Amino acid sequence: MAFVKLSSPHAQGARRTSQVMQWVILATLPGLLAQTLFFGWGNLINVVFCVALAVAAEALILKLRGKPVGFYLNDYSAVVTGLLLGLALPPLAPWWIPVVAVFTAVVLAKQLYGGLGSNPFNPAMVGYALVLISFPVAMTTNWAAPEGLTAAPGFLETLSIIFAGQQVAPDTFTMATPLDVYKHEISASLASDVRQLPMFGDWVARGWEWVNLAFLAGGLLLLWLKIITWHIPVSMLGALAFMSLLFGWNPDLYTPLSLHLLAGATMLGAFFIATDPVSAATSRIGKLWYGAGIGVLIYLIRTWGSYPDAVAFAVLLMNFAVPFIDYYTQPRTYGHSKARRGAPGKNG
Amino acid sequence: MATKTTREIIKDGLWSNNPALVQVLGLCPLLAVTGTVVNAIGLGLATLMVLMGSNLAVSLIRNYVSESVRLPAFVMIIASFVTCTELLMQAFTYELYQILGIFIPLIVTNCAILGRADAFASRNPVLPSLLDGIMMGLGFMAVLIALGAMREIIGQGTLFSDMHLLFGPMATDWQITLAENYADMLFMILPPGAFVGLGLLIALKNGIDNHLKERQAARAPTPATSGSKRVRVTGSVS
Repeated sequence: MAFVKLSSPHAQGARRTSQVMQWVILATLPGLLAQTLFFGWGNLINVVFCVALAVAAEALILKLRGKPVGFYLNDYSAVVTGLLLGLALPPLAPWWIPVVAVFTAVVLAKQLYGGLGSNPFNPAMVGYALVLISFPVAMTTNWAAPEGLTAAPGFLETLSIIFAGQQVAPDTFTMATPLDVYKHEISASLASDVRQLPMFGDWVARGWEWVNLAFLAGGLLLLWLKIITWHIPVSMLGALAFMSLLFGWNPDLYTPLSLHLLAGATMLGAFFIATDPVSAATSRIGKLWYGAGIGVLIYLIRTWGSYPDAVAFAVLLMNFAVPFIDYYTQPRTYGHSKARRGAPGKNG
Repeated sequence: MATKTTREIIKDGLWSNNPALVQVLGLCPLLAVTGTVVNAIGLGLATLMVLMGSNLAVSLIRNYVSESVRLPAFVMIIASFVTCTELLMQAFTYELYQILGIFIPLIVTNCAILGRADAFASRNPVLPSLLDGIMMGLGFMAVLIALGAMREIIGQGTLFSDMHLLFGPMATDWQITLAENYADMLFMILPPGAFVGLGLLIALKNGIDNHLKERQAARAPTPATSGSKRVRVTGSVS
């Protein structure tokens, strides 16, 4: 008997899991390109390194678990996990941060729970949250300054910063993220003064705006291909905008909406991380609640929390809530009357 | 309840019914203060002392305390021993006492201790109860030390740091630094790291058990097929 037991995501329609994952990988390329153009080689090196590590870790664990290695590696889910981590981690972070993050993501958060389809939490975000909690300094100061590819450290120099621990002068090539800076500066000065800082550029936040728009474009491609549905991104961005307009309408006191939408990991989170089919809610109404919860949490943590960005924590917290959401948003089955909220049916 | 042999009591406490790995009791101090080996040993010794004392005392009074008031009586006994331990620690290892803080008085609520008092000491004679207390305490302490070592190595890159808090000045240079310039991994020092660490230890224990069981099954003789005869050739049939 050569059946291999498959678990969710059971891709609906004609695509196999591997095809879905390949499209997701393709759709991140504009964002990766924008990151490389504005922030230098760090992201690209990170992505390649993380993907290689993720595939190696997955193969090792599958071997140890006695599963068919080739079959499971072919679903490309490990590649996507590594890719998302590579995109999310600071470009100039030393090499051991990706190693710890990928190991946590693939081994602890995914395979120990039973592999693709059985993991209650988004693996990439578990890895990210763990390194963010463990190494707060390295994780918040190693973002490359958006000086463009020509001004950033060259390819070999970036390699030596990441892998050989070459010191970089702070604030020349590396810096904190615009969200972080705005939150700290605004307590002492007016919005017009903060806006004068070179990192905010002419429009929203130099470099970051294009990276986010590129991820938005990739996300729209996924929507058009019907690989993801609109519910999670729309409700998440909507909730974030709603919270920002409700509480943060005054840019002299709080981070403005434009920065919330275009200066962090918002678009990457909305289209590529929150829409993970395994750890997100399943029904349509459930997805709306799930996305809205992420949006509200992102705003709360960014504004009143101590971490500069919040996508990872928000997604993980809502992953916790997914069984609860799914329980209360079961759609009506054809031929049956609508189930009472959360109550099992007559025969259940 | 059938009385257990000494061997069974020892094996239960250290391995097959280990309070931390199998009963999963007393997790609050286990997860909270196992950041370093010295904290783990300190808490382990305190728990061991309380467990020995309470098992001994409960076993001594087991025939004189009625069923209905036994639990308050056990708690009183345990609380007395915890207070003794606390005072001893204040006298001899004051700094460690301050580090462990609230978790020393909280030993009173460690369900592993009340569990052993009710499940074993109140039904068994004095000597087996004392032995059970020692073995359960040692089993608990072993898990504490393993977890403390794991968290200290991954969290700080050292082993046996600050041992002088417990063993006096002679232990000041016991610290082994495994990696220079190690970037502290805060996750393992914080309580979530203890959950992951304990989970891995339980998995390791179950893995070893399964491995042993498989090996035993492989070694067991295949059942004799029908028709074969086994003839006794030595000894005498009585």
